[in-house]
Amino acid sequence: MIAALNRRQALAIGVSAATTAILGGSVLPAAAANDYEDLIKKFTGGKVPTVGRVKIDAPEIAENGNTVPMTIMVESPMTPASYVTEVLVVADGNPRAGVATFRFTPDSGIAEANTRIRLASTQWLHVVAKTNDGAFFMAKKEVKVTIGGCGG
Amino acid sequence: MATNVRPRIRLDKKQAKKGELVEVKALVSHVMETGQRRDASGKIVPRKILNKFVCTVNGKEVFAADFEPAVSANPYIQFKFKAQESGKVVLTWFDDDGSTIVGEESIAVS
Amino acid sequence: MISRREFVQVAAAVAALVPGGWSRSFAQQRMTQAELLKFNSVGNVTLVHVADIHGQLLPVYFREPTVNLGVGEAKGLVPHLTGRALLDHYKIPAKSQAAYALSAEDFAALAKSYGRIGGLDRIATILKSIRAERGNRVLFLDGGDTWQNSYTSLQTKGQDMVDCMALLKPDAMTGHWEFTLGEARVKEIVDTLGFPFLAQNVRDTEWNEPVFKSSVMLDRGGVRVGVIGQALPYTAIANPRWMIPNWSFGIREDDLRKEVANVRKDGAELVVLLSHNGFDLDRKLASRVAGIDVILAAHTHDALPEVVRVGKTLLVASGSHGKFVSRLDLDVRNGEVKDFRFKLIPVFADAIEPNAEMAAKIRSIRAPHEAMLGEVIGKTDTLLYRRGNFNGTLDNLICDAMLEERDAQIALSPGFRWGNSLLPGQSITREDIYNATAISYPAAYRLTMSGARLKEVLEDVADNIFNPDPYYQQGGDMVRVGGLAYTIDIGKPAGQRISGLTLRPRGEPIDPAKDYVVAGWASVNEGTEGPPIWDVTMNYIKRKGTVAPVEADHIRVLGS
Repeated sequence: MIAALNRRQALAIGVSAATTAILGGSVLPAAAANDYEDLIKKFTGGKVPTVGRVKIDAPEIAENGNTVPMTIMVESPMTPASYVTEVLVVADGNPRAGVATFRFTPDSGIAEANTRIRLASTQWLHVVAKTNDGAFFMAKKEVKVTIGGCGG
Repeated sequence: MATNVRPRIRLDKKQAKKGELVEVKALVSHVMETGQRRDASGKIVPRKILNKFVCTVNGKEVFAADFEPAVSANPYIQFKFKAQESGKVVLTWFDDDGSTIVGEESIAVS
Repeated sequence: MISRREFVQVAAAVAALVPGGWSRSFAQQRMTQAELLKFNSVGNVTLVHVADIHGQLLPVYFREPTVNLGVGEAKGLVPHLTGRALLDHYKIPAKSQAAYALSAEDFAALAKSYGRIGGLDRIATILKSIRAERGNRVLFLDGGDTWQNSYTSLQTKGQDMVDCMALLKPDAMTGHWEFTLGEARVKEIVDTLGFPFLAQNVRDTEWNEPVFKSSVMLDRGGVRVGVIGQALPYTAIANPRWMIPNWSFGIREDDLRKEVANVRKDGAELVVLLSHNGFDLDRKLASRVAGIDVILAAHTHDALPEVVRVGKTLLVASGSHGKFVSRLDLDVRNGEVKDFRFKLIPVFADAIEPNAEMAAKIRSIRAPHEAMLGEVIGKTDTLLYRRGNFNGTLDNLICDAMLEERDAQIALSPGFRWGNSLLPGQSITREDIYNATAISYPAAYRLTMSGARLKEVLEDVADNIFNPDPYYQQGGDMVRVGGLAYTIDIGKPAGQRISGLTLRPRGEPIDPAKDYVVAGWASVNEGTEGPPIWDVTMNYIKRKGTVAPVEADHIRVLGS
């Protein structure tokens, strides 16, 4: 008997498991396009961040779009004179761009944090760091969200 | 209002030399409901996430984070702080509903 | 099959051709064990490497690909040269032993002369000989894809391979298909191996802590050698994640950098990466991670008769199915490789004496199953092979079987790179089918899929092979299709490579909105239902008696 392709079966062949599973059974009709650029502008007050000093350690291909490990690191002496205050993480392919903001102090000792995030599809992570003297630095990294299953 | 949820916390060392970095890993059970999902009847399930996290050592903030719905269920957080003095390491998560989840560890600094 | 005496004569005749390069030493050899193993040793360390044996205890026929396209910076480079271009590149005479072992040129004809290749009993002989010559300078490393993909390895959950490999006394191994045995079984085996299973790039999903040892330090020939292991970064994507739910993989380039620094700090004078990344990924990694002297590559099944140098790093690719043993002699002084010599030793089964102890072990493992495995279920009139980016006759056969046995319009078969070849006129046994299908998630599913989803599947798999950045490649070949024709432009970006999808044989265009009945196997998702693919394939062959799948022209390739 031929069954219609229900959701479980769609997952069984792996198709777009991530796209629908992650941000809900049905993603809200995207009222607006992903607003990552606006979030970055708001964070920097319109300043254009310098590329560099920021490193993103995330898998090139996600194993599970529901929980993608991600580490951000920013080069900084982390002294009261010179330290990273905030780091903004946005994703340009989710229905909403916001992911997380990390806040550091000189007592952090190092500007480094790791969390696990939801990615609805293949997209870029953009990470912008703010220093105590008002400078902004950034990096971006593409994470592929795939169906997999044919390697070997 | 603190809830009964007990976070799981791991410090890579219980004793540190002054100025040494201490790594903290923490996991907490939470659905992180995005507010973008519909239930079986088609109604939107309201957003309920942990939106903020703070770590203090002896009351002084050493690391904090704001979370959006794109942070995974059962949020994981890993970071470091610079050991300055012996004392209490307190981790607090803030829920959309106003409640908090609190975990505590101690560190001995020599 | 010709006798051994005649066979040596063929080899000698071929040897007369000889232009130069690697092939000269090779082609001039008569095909004797002594000649195959002949090596002008150098230095104080000898690395011996095998990889991607895929459960094959016995010698096999294995035809290398005719189509193995390189993209981005790898375009036109080895291992993406095939056939004539490969032979020309290494100055290998046509029809020589080397041509037979390394390319698909004249494969069926040469196979009749040169015979099968591989067999763990022959590999044991080679190792014994190298150890006798080089003593405590020898490091023997297994690159993984060892414990699965034959009947006995599936039936014993890898124990047959574990027991046989134990006789070879590896110094370390890493893995990929090993993980399809599931977390509990992998842990159980690793605990009893007696040598380390290395994987610096596997972490538990909860606390992000290493699951396996990252590296091991070994003293060989007065040299402190640091061996770091790297499992297939995409195991949890390419294979069922539900079997290894608590483990997370990835390239973890930064962690690798730290591990290289660690072993150097601990006094390593030679750093070896025992890798299951795949060749292109390793080539890129070698250009970005400093301090690795040798990368022993695996996964993509490339067999290269010479090392590839990237900066100071030497890359070795040792082929698959037990066809080759790599020997790399290194002269290590003051923490630097001053000199090296390499040979990719082809394991010609008719020329190399089986090791008695290993042969007896293999016989005892196979004895209970021998009669069943040897049962002839049909015959092939054409060469059955699997390797190639887009299709092979073996997968065409499996797709035909799924279309008919499962009454489907379209069949999908995974782009596995393992699976033995069968010569025209050869009988097909049960074992031959297991050798192409033995996996721990064999259900042949049947469901309906829209035309749009079909395209999505093809696009997604295509990007895993043809993404110009090797860090985004998974290895494996393109998913095989039956009942479907399409055009692929490998140079286009993700999502835009596939066009012209039509239903065979009549050629009506696939309608994105319409549903089609699709049969397939090796789904990575838990709970997939259907009969095991080997039953589907065997039933089909039994029904047909004789099969003759041909190299179909249903896939048009652009941009190569």
